[in-house]
Amino acid sequence: MTQFLYALAALTSHWRRRPGQLAALFVGLAVATALWSGVAALNDQARRSYDRAANALGIGAAPGLVATNGGSFSQEMFVALRRAGWKVSPLLEGMIRLGDKSYRLLGVEPLTLPKNSRDELPEGESLEQFLGPPGRALVAPQTLRALGLGEGAAPTLGDADRLPPLAIEKNLAPGVIVVDIGVAQRLLHRPGRLSRLLLAEEPAANATPLASLAGDALRRVEADEAPELARLTDSFHLNLTAFGLLAYVVGLFIAHASFGLAFEQRLPIMRTLRAIGASLRALACALVAELVLLALLAGAAGMIGGYLVAAALLPDMAASLEGLYGAELDGRLGLAPNWWASGIGMALIGAAVAAASSLVKTLRLPVLAIAQPFAWRETQRHWLSRQAALAALALAAAAAALLFGDGLEAGFVSMAALLLGAALALPLALAALLRLGEARARGPLAKWFFADALQQLPGLSLALMALLLALSTNIGVGSMVEGFRRTFAQWLDERLVAEIYFEAASEKEARRIETWLASREDVAAVLPLCKVKTTLRSWPVDVIGAPPHETFSGHFPLESRADAWDRVARGDGALVSEQLARRLALSLGSSLDLPTPSGDWRLEIVGIYPDYGAAKGGARVDRAALSARWPDARRLDYMLRARPEDAPDIMLALQAQFGAGIARIIDQAALKERSMTIFERTFAVTAALDALTLVVSAIALFASLTTLAAARVAQLAPLWAAGVSRRSLSWFEFARVTLFAAATALVSVPLGLALAYDLVAVVNVRAFGWRLPFHMFPSQWLEVFALALVTAGLAALLPIRRLARIAPASLLAVFANER
Amino acid sequence: MAIRAESNSTSIRNEGAQSLLRVSRLSKSYPGPQGALPVLRGVDLALDAGTSLALMGESGSGKSTLLHLVAGLDSADDGSIHIDGRETTALDDEGRAALRRRTLGVVFQQFNLVPSLTVGDNLSLQARLVGRHDPAWSDRLAQRLGLEHLLDRYPEQLSGGQQQRVAVGRALAPRPRLLLADEPTGNLDEATGDAVLDLLLELSATAGAAVLMVTHSARLAGRLDRRARLVAGRLVAP
Amino acid sequence: MNAERFFGLLLMLSLCAAPQARAAGFAGLGDEAQGFAEPAPGHALVFPRDHGAHPEFRIEWWYLTANLKDESGRAYGAQWTLFRHARAPREGEGWDDPQAFVAHAAVTTESLHLFAETHARGGVGQAGVETAPFRAFIDDWSFTAARANLSGGEIAAFGPRFRYRLALAAEKPLALHGEAGFSRKAESGQASYYYSQPFYSVEGALAIDGVERKVTGRAWMDHEWSSRPLAGDQKGWDWFSLHLDNGAALMLFRLRSDKAPPFHAGSFIGADGATRALARDDISLEPLEESLVAGRLLPTRWRLRVSSLHLDIDTKPLNSQSFMGTSVGYFEGPISFSGSQRGEGYLEMTGY
Repeated sequence: MTQFLYALAALTSHWRRRPGQLAALFVGLAVATALWSGVAALNDQARRSYDRAANALGIGAAPGLVATNGGSFSQEMFVALRRAGWKVSPLLEGMIRLGDKSYRLLGVEPLTLPKNSRDELPEGESLEQFLGPPGRALVAPQTLRALGLGEGAAPTLGDADRLPPLAIEKNLAPGVIVVDIGVAQRLLHRPGRLSRLLLAEEPAANATPLASLAGDALRRVEADEAPELARLTDSFHLNLTAFGLLAYVVGLFIAHASFGLAFEQRLPIMRTLRAIGASLRALACALVAELVLLALLAGAAGMIGGYLVAAALLPDMAASLEGLYGAELDGRLGLAPNWWASGIGMALIGAAVAAASSLVKTLRLPVLAIAQPFAWRETQRHWLSRQAALAALALAAAAAALLFGDGLEAGFVSMAALLLGAALALPLALAALLRLGEARARGPLAKWFFADALQQLPGLSLALMALLLALSTNIGVGSMVEGFRRTFAQWLDERLVAEIYFEAASEKEARRIETWLASREDVAAVLPLCKVKTTLRSWPVDVIGAPPHETFSGHFPLESRADAWDRVARGDGALVSEQLARRLALSLGSSLDLPTPSGDWRLEIVGIYPDYGAAKGGARVDRAALSARWPDARRLDYMLRARPEDAPDIMLALQAQFGAGIARIIDQAALKERSMTIFERTFAVTAALDALTLVVSAIALFASLTTLAAARVAQLAPLWAAGVSRRSLSWFEFARVTLFAAATALVSVPLGLALAYDLVAVVNVRAFGWRLPFHMFPSQWLEVFALALVTAGLAALLPIRRLARIAPASLLAVFANER
Repeated sequence: MAIRAESNSTSIRNEGAQSLLRVSRLSKSYPGPQGALPVLRGVDLALDAGTSLALMGESGSGKSTLLHLVAGLDSADDGSIHIDGRETTALDDEGRAALRRRTLGVVFQQFNLVPSLTVGDNLSLQARLVGRHDPAWSDRLAQRLGLEHLLDRYPEQLSGGQQQRVAVGRALAPRPRLLLADEPTGNLDEATGDAVLDLLLELSATAGAAVLMVTHSARLAGRLDRRARLVAGRLVAP
Repeated sequence: MNAERFFGLLLMLSLCAAPQARAAGFAGLGDEAQGFAEPAPGHALVFPRDHGAHPEFRIEWWYLTANLKDESGRAYGAQWTLFRHARAPREGEGWDDPQAFVAHAAVTTESLHLFAETHARGGVGQAGVETAPFRAFIDDWSFTAARANLSGGEIAAFGPRFRYRLALAAEKPLALHGEAGFSRKAESGQASYYYSQPFYSVEGALAIDGVERKVTGRAWMDHEWSSRPLAGDQKGWDWFSLHLDNGAALMLFRLRSDKAPPFHAGSFIGADGATRALARDDISLEPLEESLVAGRLLPTRWRLRVSSLHLDIDTKPLNSQSFMGTSVGYFEGPISFSGSQRGEGYLEMTGY
């Protein structure tokens, strides 16, 4: 123990002399942990929200019975089943509007709820109040805040009905309101109707079979495997995770570089300790203890950083998830214990990875080898050939994943392998460049400049690799986002051609509004839309019925057959979204069977249209044909054509005339703006992580240069002695770093483009189901190039300033100390 | 006298019953381009407690190798080393490390100080490592070595002679039975080197430590009790 | 089970009342009866009307316990209970009905005690009580009777591991406890309406883990309702229904209080069907031996004495672990007794 403590004290005393190195190691680990845990916190937050939303009161976790034809069924069915011994609990679900937002209303019967659901409801007196009258409306604290109301308030619904007094139930998901079943039936105007029966217990083996009690009116559904939202948003979160990992890896580059240097510089200490009798075990324990301590401290700091990153990005992510998927996120970051555990775990793993090779070398070293000058790095040639072999391996893996892989994960694997392979190959390219320079150089100083750069390459290569990763990610993601923005904007222009879009509050209002609009001179066309929701291969799909009109046939961006619109109007053709086509492997001419209440409806695919940003599948058919097959389909959505200058007047008139009879109304410009906002926020998170990665790589470069600076003195002293001024030497140093950065930036352009191609053609298609046109943006490349030079310049500034001002005595010491 | 040179032998043999250090038929070779390169070819040597021996020889004669083997920094191919009655050649790495910190003091040509620790901490490092820190003895060493005003400095702030004195003090602080010194004054000018050697011998005597010193200088060797010379891996009388 | 959160109907109350907020009696049975009707002496019970539910009272139960034997002579107990609890003294349409129901069923053997529990809201048809003909039901459990003395019907219940269907026959009239059915529960005047049918002979089938056996035996039915049957300091009760081998029947209970000596009451029903209320000081109920049941100590063997009847008997349970681990837990199990008289019956203990 004494040995261990003094060995630890002697080893750690090193950091006092090299605080910059310690800082680099600390920052590397902390940054890696911060970005990783920040992303993890965002993902956790979202997943928890989905689970809670899908699983309000544990309802998603219980198997149940639903109407075979969708929709509702009579409460008598519930009584009949109970009286036959089936332990079922009634449920009525629906949407209600409060202010300008929709909420999911859940009517439950607490006495018969399955036990784990009942446990989430209040007990005792509160339960008595919940049962009413007047009952209680249970909401999450966030929902109460969003409504701007206090507990006990009873907000009015659109039709003069009132919610029971609100009460907080902190386990509920935001956006869900839980009331007694009787209250739900009243508020949703479905007296005596239910939407689902939950099975509190499996029916006994000898129970009366379902078919003889309910005929084929009810069918059994199993507990939700994964919440629908979680499935829809999987790709979004995979994207985030990939970025988190990238940042983590870049952070580890820093930690690895500084730990390697620290190891090298501490070899004499270890040699001395061993010579005076410290045991290898004590030394190894001390090294590991130091590492663990450092990892814990850096990990803790990283967790705080991660929290801040997540807190800063949460609003954007919440907004984009709501816009894209309708997923409501808890706006306040909650931190689960396992988040802490995994974050600290990542810090420890990171430290272990960063230090592993050094530690192993220490343990394997015979005592005398330590006592001799020790070649920590392989000879450069050996090192380069190993890099080359690894790079080739990684690139081969990238190609294999691309060729043989399937699914989003394979896309990411190929991307990661491509990045890794390119990063490993970077020193090779730089070495080749420098050899070329050396061969061409005239004059001793120029020759020295290249030769010395070549010698410096191994020490800087990790930082340069990190820089390459950051720069090419920047180019890749930048190209994708910019390309997407242009495509999206153009698509919106083509797609959103109607001047006004609105939704009527009810069928009755819809008919009145239609009549009123028909009489207006300034309305050129009223285009009612019908929408039904269905599921194709367990994927939610919206089927939209539109009337035949040149608004669609003239503007709808489409890959189609010539007679597409005629076929649609005839009722035997359908247009499907790109996502749906890819998911179901449909192409023009394929047939599609849509399940309708009156049996399957066979349609031929006559067109495929882009539907960027839609999480669900989409299909477009003729409205009349749709109504014939879904007689219950409600006709509430409308598009109006008018002269653009008349649009504001029409909107005002509509609102004045019908008031609450119009649920939503928006003009073309506002709709476009809103779509673009959702788009921007979706990529705001990506852009932020992208920028953070670049910052991290700048830190990596800075750390490497700082730690190398001390070693540089020995190499520069002979030149100084030979008459090269410190100022000139500093300029050489600066030029060298800039040269490295510029060369790295050059390599990053093709790599970035390859990355962009992978994102656009592989990852996006697999993640979201759409493919974007591939654009190149040379101006972006210039930006990145400049960015690389600035990054390198800034990182080099401090070490080089120090060099320029170095005391001649320090340079002299090099000679004095020479053996 | 326990050590005596025999003209017909390459060994210096101990005649006493219990020598502090006894080296028997020690052989060591290093791999070279044309097969194994023998460095030591059966060396016998003995050293009694409290005495000193200078090990001389040309560069590459194997004198440093012999010292490293005695210090347990390397392992022999054949033969044995007994220190204080224990056969150290049979020890594993842990055992040899324990031997070094408990029984030996080592001073190298390079000063081998921990640059990030103060002079005071360097001085007491080995004694603390073995749990044998004696403040009074340390103070006395520091005073004798002329370091008492430099204890809070760092090695780089010291001259070469001062640094080597710290190394000597560190090796003697745990009161080792045997001090091994490899060209301890090789990096110092003559006057400074002499002063350091004086201190080394004087303090070793005070501490009761035997001294085995490698040097190529006959002048310095003459200051020790005995001398032996290594020629082509064999020990000969000087 | 903590003492405040007590018994049966009790379990409705556990659903509907915050235990800490309601310190009175067990399971709130000592609560103020705001707006609810109160039992009063001198009120004549009228049948079949009073077999049905009394929604103006807060709580009510229909309670059957049966001592049974199969063809090989092995003893069984069976319980069928429907509790009603009202949040307000009225009835309502559909889900608006403030009446709620809980039912318990159990089967006991020497080594097994199986029980089941089910809940229902009134108003929608999942549970209810009808008269003429009498039918109390919840889910697929029911208690029916064709005749005014509640005979000529059956009880049926289905649990996860057991089920039974038992036909009930009785020739003797109902036994009204206390003062013509007005049964006092405390010195301070708390009371309930309470009557029994002690003389059922039973025949039917009972299945445990899918193995069915034919059983015969005797059963006892209680129907009781009130709004505030216990004084605030009363924490629970010990209740006996006994079939004597000479053809007579006996009901005895004591209500335990923190602050006062236990309140005793009982009825003796002769083999001729005539009922006599027993004086309080006539009755002595004395625990003999405690058993560890569901984590608490309960007196499972008793010495019962009624001096006016020269009755002095010791009871022992068929299964000392006859504990109802339902939302509110209590002991309910078959017993046999010997001493001055022999016979069998049921023991119920609450509030421990």
